[in-house]
Amino acid sequence: MTQETTMPLWKQDGAKPFIQIKNVTKKFGEFTAVDNVSLDIYENELFCLLGGSGSGKSTLLRILAGFEELTTGQVLIDGVDMANIEPWNRPINMMFQSYALFPHMSVAKNIAFGLKRDKVPKKEIEERVAEMLTMMQIEAFADRKPDQLSGGQRQRVALARSLIKRPKLLLLDEPLGALDKKLREETQFELVNIQDKLGVTFVVVTHDQEEAMTLATRIGVMGNGVITQVDEPRDVYEYPSSRFVAEFIGSINLFEGRIYEDEVEHVKIKSKEADCNFYVNHGISCAPNQKVTVAIRPEKMKVSRRKPEQEYNCLHGQIIDIAYMGNLSIFRIKLKSGIIVRVTLPNLVRENRNPLTWDDFVYLSWDYDSSVVLTS
Amino acid sequence: MTRNSKFLSISSLLGFIFLYAPILSLIIYSFNKSKLVTVWGGWSIKWYVELFSNQQIIDAALVSLKVAFITATLAVVLGVLAGYVLSRMGKFPGKLIVSGWVSAPLIMPEVITGLSLLLLFVSLENLIGWPAGRGITTIIIAHTTFCMAYVAVIVQSRLSQMDDSLEEAAMDLGAKPHSLFFLVTLPIISPAIISGWLLAFTMSLDDLVIASFVSGPGNSTLPMVIFSKIRLGVSPEVNALATIMILIVAIGVVAAMWQMRKKENTL
Repeated sequence: MTQETTMPLWKQDGAKPFIQIKNVTKKFGEFTAVDNVSLDIYENELFCLLGGSGSGKSTLLRILAGFEELTTGQVLIDGVDMANIEPWNRPINMMFQSYALFPHMSVAKNIAFGLKRDKVPKKEIEERVAEMLTMMQIEAFADRKPDQLSGGQRQRVALARSLIKRPKLLLLDEPLGALDKKLREETQFELVNIQDKLGVTFVVVTHDQEEAMTLATRIGVMGNGVITQVDEPRDVYEYPSSRFVAEFIGSINLFEGRIYEDEVEHVKIKSKEADCNFYVNHGISCAPNQKVTVAIRPEKMKVSRRKPEQEYNCLHGQIIDIAYMGNLSIFRIKLKSGIIVRVTLPNLVRENRNPLTWDDFVYLSWDYDSSVVLTS
Repeated sequence: MTRNSKFLSISSLLGFIFLYAPILSLIIYSFNKSKLVTVWGGWSIKWYVELFSNQQIIDAALVSLKVAFITATLAVVLGVLAGYVLSRMGKFPGKLIVSGWVSAPLIMPEVITGLSLLLLFVSLENLIGWPAGRGITTIIIAHTTFCMAYVAVIVQSRLSQMDDSLEEAAMDLGAKPHSLFFLVTLPIISPAIISGWLLAFTMSLDDLVIASFVSGPGNSTLPMVIFSKIRLGVSPEVNALATIMILIVAIGVVAAMWQMRKKENTL
């Protein structure tokens, strides 16, 4: 691979997007499912649309597939306007959440369905189906009917069927939703490998943030029909652009406060909810004395019994709950203001001689660059 | 065994006796040797032999089978179209009225259906000369109108259970709407179509009232012949005929139910 060192397409200036979604709105009667969304997706991306139920993510996917007509806006795929192109003529295939395998056809016939519609010669169909069966490791089930397969096997058949026509773009609606946890993890990595091997652009819809984190080159976080943030997984987690994204991805502690010292290279924030002031080592562009939210992830905090040597970013409280999760422990700590802070600590040793326990008073501290300041 | 389950088994036994004792006695008496219907004279199959040498009954049976076969086939074609439109067209103005129209023949008294069809056929003959007289054609048309309603209801319920994404998946893989109907929708609803056909067949075979209104001379169906024979006094021959009809109808209904069961398992 020689491309590994080059910058991803979405960071290059003037790179041509593969999918262009321009000011797309979709209304069902009075209800606006997708609200003026604009989004560019580049070739070979594995783009995840992440959102809760009713966020509009599935509607956006169905718009790309051609199952929903736009109320307003435009969708271009590979530079071609999709407005008058019917679903059966689009260079796109979709893997459905229910898998939608044809119950009256065998696995091999299900996979061959798309090629038969295109009148591909019989011999070529047989070859390509055989190749796909091997790739998905489902040769043994070629003659079975879908109701004789397990969930994981059905998922592979559905994926094989949607890839057989070698689409330029594959849409996946909750591709791992119906699998159990262990299988889901394996399949996640497999999906990434297949995408890499075939060089198909994937657009995945999911409500599972872990899934999005593992799979995606970029994540688009959706809520109420609007895309709130589009970024690489790490950036979505570490630099959420709004309270909505911060709370949707992972867990986070939020403190409302006001900026009382606003400099170019740092700001200081006062909050009634905390017994210390916050120091952030970068400037914030906002109005003077504006209300802001300081957000800090549970794993970014240090816990100690002795007061650390720092004036800012140092809270004091009492442990009210401990949850042992094996690899880490979650502590819930109550501050004097009544606010409850969530902290996670890795369980680095097997036996801790002096473990933190219920009702202990502890100090929580974090570095100046660990927190995020949210203005919306 | 608890008291409750004893109660259940006794009441279900009584129910079955209530339902099937008359039919059972009819079947037994069809094997009666005696010429008198009410007197038992030992076992015999002579009424069956006599039945098959009665040309009037055989002719009527052939008319009935022909009518039932054509009716069931026409009813399936029209019923599938109606059921498909009602479950796939989404909301269109007047949908409620159309679905009411489709199921109205189910609850319409047969006398009224028969009478109104008779009036229609007579006035059509006066206006355009078709159908000329009444006979097999008019019985088939009349039976199709009410059998189609049953097929439409069965097909519609099957379609509403079907996952919408199956049709979308077919479209997505390149099937145009008409080929997707024949390649995906029709095979998936085929159990409903078969059971609808069987139901229409048995109902047409069974019908007396509507057929009496719209049939002409020389085109009596089997139920009409039985009815007219009974008016002259019950003959053991009729018992034998009724037993055969019960057998045919029972096979039809069981096959229809078996098809419906099968559909549930594959979904």
